[in-house]
Amino acid sequence: MANVSVQGVWKTYAGQPVLERLNLEVPSGQFCAILGASGCGKSTFLRLLMSQERPSRGRITLDGAPLPEDPGPDRGIVFQKYSVFPHLTALANVVVGLEFAAAPLTGRLFGRARRRAEMEAAQVLAAVGLDGAHGKYPAELSGGMQQRLAIAQALVRKPRVLLLDEPFGALDPGTRAQMHALITRLWQETGMTVFMVTHDLREGFALSTRVLVFDKVRHDPQAPEAYGATITYDLPLLRKAPPPALAGAVGAQEEQRS
Amino acid sequence: MRRIINRVPDHMTVVVLAAVPFLVLAALYLAGSAARLAENPNDKLLPAVTTMAETLHRLAFEPSRRTGEIVLWADTAASLTRLALGVGVAAAFGLVFGVAIGLIPYVRAGLASVVAVLSMIPPMAVLPILFIVFGLGDLSKVVLITVGIGPFLIRDLAIRVGEMPRELLIKAQTLGASTWQIVLRVVLPQVLPRLIDAVRLSLGPAWLFLIAAEGIAATDGLGYRIFLVRRYLAMDVILPYVAWITLLAAALDIALRLLSRGLFAWTRVRSG
Repeated sequence: MANVSVQGVWKTYAGQPVLERLNLEVPSGQFCAILGASGCGKSTFLRLLMSQERPSRGRITLDGAPLPEDPGPDRGIVFQKYSVFPHLTALANVVVGLEFAAAPLTGRLFGRARRRAEMEAAQVLAAVGLDGAHGKYPAELSGGMQQRLAIAQALVRKPRVLLLDEPFGALDPGTRAQMHALITRLWQETGMTVFMVTHDLREGFALSTRVLVFDKVRHDPQAPEAYGATITYDLPLLRKAPPPALAGAVGAQEEQRS
Repeated sequence: MRRIINRVPDHMTVVVLAAVPFLVLAALYLAGSAARLAENPNDKLLPAVTTMAETLHRLAFEPSRRTGEIVLWADTAASLTRLALGVGVAAAFGLVFGVAIGLIPYVRAGLASVVAVLSMIPPMAVLPILFIVFGLGDLSKVVLITVGIGPFLIRDLAIRVGEMPRELLIKAQTLGASTWQIVLRVVLPQVLPRLIDAVRLSLGPAWLFLIAAEGIAATDGLGYRIFLVRRYLAMDVILPYVAWITLLAAALDIALRLLSRGLFAWTRVRSG
């Protein structure tokens, strides 16, 4: 459904490489965790996948075609913060994605078309466990609920690739575990290819089917900025299902919900 | 002894403390007026409150013998019309150019510098040019207000749009939004509250430009009246007019604040 291929990609800022010699083949449906120290280009790599920035050298393809030049609905994203629109209610935050698709001129739907979009959005909100929060503004939601909303919003256009930029970094451990179960379930249901940048080793290993570690392999003590980071470890975790502990958590949550 | 920064007055004390300066000012005026009038009953500088009330009654309720209009209301209508037109046009410019400069790098590259330089021109210095080009009628006064506060509104809006988290613009694009849709559904709703705040801040300068332009060349208006009666030292007209202008300005400010609150409920929600 969405193979991502990264071929000989470099990214330099003002002549200084941040990422170098990136080569990566990600088959459809993989869940890649991207780990590495701060400043090792993890988020830069995500921005390249997002088309927010373009590689200085090399190319990235999505299902064999070059990546579009702009961010688009084929690749959804969840940021750590500022991921949802503060001026829209939870329901409107999800409906707006459908409105962008259906109403190029006004960006708004009315009447029956709007009710249909609201029903579709309500299903997505239900899938992330936000049934009771339709009318609430993001500022009225807890951090975990805001990230649930951000995920619902990212899913409503059914992206082929989901990019997660430290999505759970600001959440407390209990909420984080719930979010892990949620994202695992959604990933399995949709078959999306997922890239998740995280600082948390355990989170990376627990959720993903493949761990990518970014680090600098070449060092010049006189010029610490001379070389960029690349993928130093590429660990397939040889599993298609979530680990048993998480599977249990998913089951428990499903029971609670039903 | 608690530090003074930690001592908070209760509600009643707040009311009393707020009233004291007004009462002191009123008392000073009354004492000064009474003292001067005791010395010279024809003194014009600090007229008695009763004199001002009589004058105000004549201006507000009796048709002028010369024009047949009721002077205060005719002046108020003329001034508010000019103010509303000038501020309205400036706000429209501010919104259109501010959003374009803040959001679109090519527009920013082309216009940001010229707007910054134009905003440095003292508007009163170009008033003669406006009189020459647009004549002495309403148009030159409206243009002066627009020229006076427009650049401020444009720059303020552009900065606010530029400050919007990059993430929101990326997010909108991943939901398939075009630039136009982003303007409509993401940028405008977030900067309209700021536009109203910026208009509130620029109402002070707008009144300044209005009164100054009316004082220099006009046939009606609040500023015209004040500058006209200055020749006769008619403080009994000037002081009520100043109070009336202050009241109008305060009412406009409050109305805009309430409008912003009513329209943009989301700016006030807080968690928990």
